[in-house]
Amino acid sequence: MDLKLKIWRQENAKAKGRFETYHVTNISPDCSFLEMLDILNESLVDKFEMPIAFEHDCREGICGTCSLYINGRPHGPDAGITVCQMHMRRFKDGSTIVIEPWRARSFPVLRDLMIDRTAFDEIIQAGGYISIATGNAPDAHALPVPKNKADLAMDAAACIGCGACVAACKNASAMLFVSAKVAQLALLPQGRPEAARRVQAMVAKMDELGFGNCTNTYACEAECPKEIKITNIALMNREFFAAKVCSQKEMAGTSGAG
Amino acid sequence: MTRLNSKIPAGPLEDKWNTYKATQNLVNPANKRKIDIIVVGSGLAGAAAAASLGELGFKVKCFTYHDSPRRAHSIAAQGGINAAKNYRNDGDSVYRLFIDTIKGGDYRSREANVYRLAEVSNAIIDQCVAQGVPFAREYGGLLDNRSFGGALVSRTFYARGQTGQQLLLGAYGALSKEIHKGSVTMYNRRDMLDVVVVDGRARGIIVRDNVTGAIERHSAHAVILATGGYGNVFFLSTMAMHSNGSSAWQAYKKGAFFGNPSFTQIHPTCIPVHGEYQSKLTLMSESLRNDGRIWVPAKKEDARKIQKGELKPIDIPEEDRDYYLERKYPAYGNLSPRDISSRAAKERCDAGHGVGSTGLAVYLDFADAIKRLGRNVIEARYGNLFQMYEKIVDDNPYETPMMIFPAVHYTMGGTWVDYELQSTIPGLFVTGEANFSDHGANRLGASALMQGLSDGYFVIPYTVQNYLADQFKVPRFSTELPEFAVAEKEVRDQIDRLLSIKGKRSVDTFHRELGKIMWDYVGMARNKEGLEKALKLIPELRAEFWKDVRVPGKAGELNPELQKATRLADFLELGELMALDALHREESCGGHFREEHQTPDGEALRNDKDFLHVAAWEYKGPDQKPELHKEPLKYEFVEVKQRSYK
Ligand SMILES: Cc1cc2nc3c(=O)[nH]c(=O)nc-3n(C[C@H](O)[C@H](O)[C@H](O)COP(=O)(O)OP(=O)(O)OC[C@H]3O[C@@H](n4cnc5c(N)ncnc54)[C@H](O)[C@@H]3O)c2cc1C
Ligand code: FES
Repeated sequence: MDLKLKIWRQENAKAKGRFETYHVTNISPDCSFLEMLDILNESLVDKFEMPIAFEHDCREGICGTCSLYINGRPHGPDAGITVCQMHMRRFKDGSTIVIEPWRARSFPVLRDLMIDRTAFDEIIQAGGYISIATGNAPDAHALPVPKNKADLAMDAAACIGCGACVAACKNASAMLFVSAKVAQLALLPQGRPEAARRVQAMVAKMDELGFGNCTNTYACEAECPKEIKITNIALMNREFFAAKVCSQKEMAGTSGAG
Repeated sequence: MTRLNSKIPAGPLEDKWNTYKATQNLVNPANKRKIDIIVVGSGLAGAAAAASLGELGFKVKCFTYHDSPRRAHSIAAQGGINAAKNYRNDGDSVYRLFIDTIKGGDYRSREANVYRLAEVSNAIIDQCVAQGVPFAREYGGLLDNRSFGGALVSRTFYARGQTGQQLLLGAYGALSKEIHKGSVTMYNRRDMLDVVVVDGRARGIIVRDNVTGAIERHSAHAVILATGGYGNVFFLSTMAMHSNGSSAWQAYKKGAFFGNPSFTQIHPTCIPVHGEYQSKLTLMSESLRNDGRIWVPAKKEDARKIQKGELKPIDIPEEDRDYYLERKYPAYGNLSPRDISSRAAKERCDAGHGVGSTGLAVYLDFADAIKRLGRNVIEARYGNLFQMYEKIVDDNPYETPMMIFPAVHYTMGGTWVDYELQSTIPGLFVTGEANFSDHGANRLGASALMQGLSDGYFVIPYTVQNYLADQFKVPRFSTELPEFAVAEKEVRDQIDRLLSIKGKRSVDTFHRELGKIMWDYVGMARNKEGLEKALKLIPELRAEFWKDVRVPGKAGELNPELQKATRLADFLELGELMALDALHREESCGGHFREEHQTPDGEALRNDKDFLHVAAWEYKGPDQKPELHKEPLKYEFVEVKQRSYK
């Protein structure tokens, strides 16, 4: 296959970026999308040019590193996969492909197609876990979990933290990402004791980091490579309001007692 | 004279670890705050260690080359994690898990380490469940299990086909909690480039900030390496693209012995190679062997027609299919251990029975299971794996058998460590896949996740403390010490040298060539002649690399080609040591198969008289032959037998 590629190039976070056009020829349809970029990069090295910086590691759709915006869609045209799982047979011979980084205020570009997603780590650090220390946990069978709940928790936990949801959203909202973690832990009995604190801390951090609001456009769900459901956002909203009411009651309770 | 002391506690096997814990030295809580620990790696082994040490009150610095600790390659583990819970009532026990692991490793691992691993396995499952890891459950609400190779019990816990992901996210949660608390400081996007030794002890590391290119010095009272396996020396493997052997190699050059470097696991069920441009291989989890049956056409002419596309697998009638694992190993069948299954596949393909256009593939067939259980059940068990396969190969495995072939997957070899997971450099600990410790010459499925978490959650917090008990008196180290300056200079010189060559060939062309040498001569079947050839070719390739590699860009910028080059420079040396080790081991054991040493029916033939030892190699300087030290393996509790899965 022969293809024309329009690729975003940007030397570093401060530099101004631009599109550059490249041509690749003789690409096998069985080649993966990232292997096609490898081939292009080899040819750039041959010419002593800087290869295109793009992120990837596992190349099997699980580490969440790869993050390309292809023809206007995060992870490209196919639903339910990451860009590293996409193969060139998905494209027509002779077509033009536009490749950009994720665009979001909270994900600054580092170089070319690479972005900084530390904001996601910060949201998790704010409370996306169950606060137990290592050692002497109760026997795993001490706490049965209904299968349907465990399955729903697993559906939410499948999030790979790639940020496609943010890139897809016109408001650059991180609600799908945050709600997936909130839902996973809220659905499990182990996660209930801190559920209220968790959702408040994570939402507050998300707002602080400049992610936008959710206006229910569903773009995130449509583009999520792991098909995380938007129902998690509804669950998170319920948790959030319950937590608010609960903490108001608690405050009322303490002042009453005092 | 060997300097190896494995420090195995005295006493009965089942008391060793408890005795160790009861008598080890501790650090008082106030003093813990005065002690810095560096952890390199945030996979299961690293994240678990960093979080647990932070909880204890130490000041931890954790490093990863990834943009986030959650992306370590542990994330890619699919199938499951073993534990001796015996929830199935099928006769499992700590002792049985211990025996299976020793036998699976073909009697080339240390009894005491393996017993400890089996002993703490149950606590791992408890810990992970408490963290909210959503393991698969049954309708009664309790945990489900599946079977893995090399075991006759069902002891593998799993979270769909994403067990590694869920365990890692659990550990990442624990790590995030400690980062939030301030006990762990995270350094993302850093490549470790050297370990710094001061007065004979590991006291720090040199890293490169991969975004700015800045070289940084970091000091600590102890250093833990949890940097994963080095399977990428073969170029094509199931490892992540950036998985590397560099930190293990740096430690080796600073005096840490390298244990059994040639012990590599070739996994039987991977998607076959399909083209020249291929960048990596994809695993199809071993769990598939619970329900899939492996076969090739019994008749060569059928195989030939399939290769040419004249026949399809469904055209081959039942009586003309050779379910060779079930035939050769009736007791374990499709769940025979990995080394045996891989070699059997290679043997069938070499004999002309392979399928696929290259003839280098065998079938993994689910037709019987779908008939027996229904498509829904198979979909619930393996849906994501089937989808992954279909995306890559463009074939629907519900309708036609999968094609699979062995691929490099795991390295049992690694930095030599004692019972405390300490290397021969005092204060340098090595955990997870990066060490050589628990799997002997072959790792059983679902045991690497177990080992990573065992090391990180339950072993290192004790043993590092034992080492640090007298270290709180040593004040924090200055990175202005001359040892740091020297190490930094060496790192900078190496980078400058790589950038200044401006040769004709890209890093990847060298890496592919190295991979081919390794696969052809140090791969699934090895012999003296081939290994000697590799020992000639690798240094030649290395010399050419240093003469003709082309690394564009500058040192002080984000430069992925430079990162690849520094890692490949290490692989080009490590590969040679692997060949040397494979040549020295004049026997076959587990994944190490020397063609000269096989039984009449083609099984691995061990030589316990001469090789019941760990080979620990000591670096002697550039272009010097390393010195071999032998740690004898003493089997006090297990009878050493010829392995049989028949
Ligand atoms: C596809 C696949 C499937 C698997 N499935 C299973 C399974 O089902 N069950 C099972 O038990 N095992 C499985 N394994 C094996 C198991 O996943 C690994 O052995 C294990 O997860 C390794 O964990 P680790 O913490 O030692 O290393 P890793 O998870 O590889 O982590 C290494 C860490 O070190 C960092 N690092 C590496 N080099 C450097 C450097 N030079 N500088 C700075 N940082 C560095 C990385 O950034 C990373 O954080 C599988 C392996 C693969 C590849
Ligand atoms: S590279 Fe890991 S998900 Fe794409």
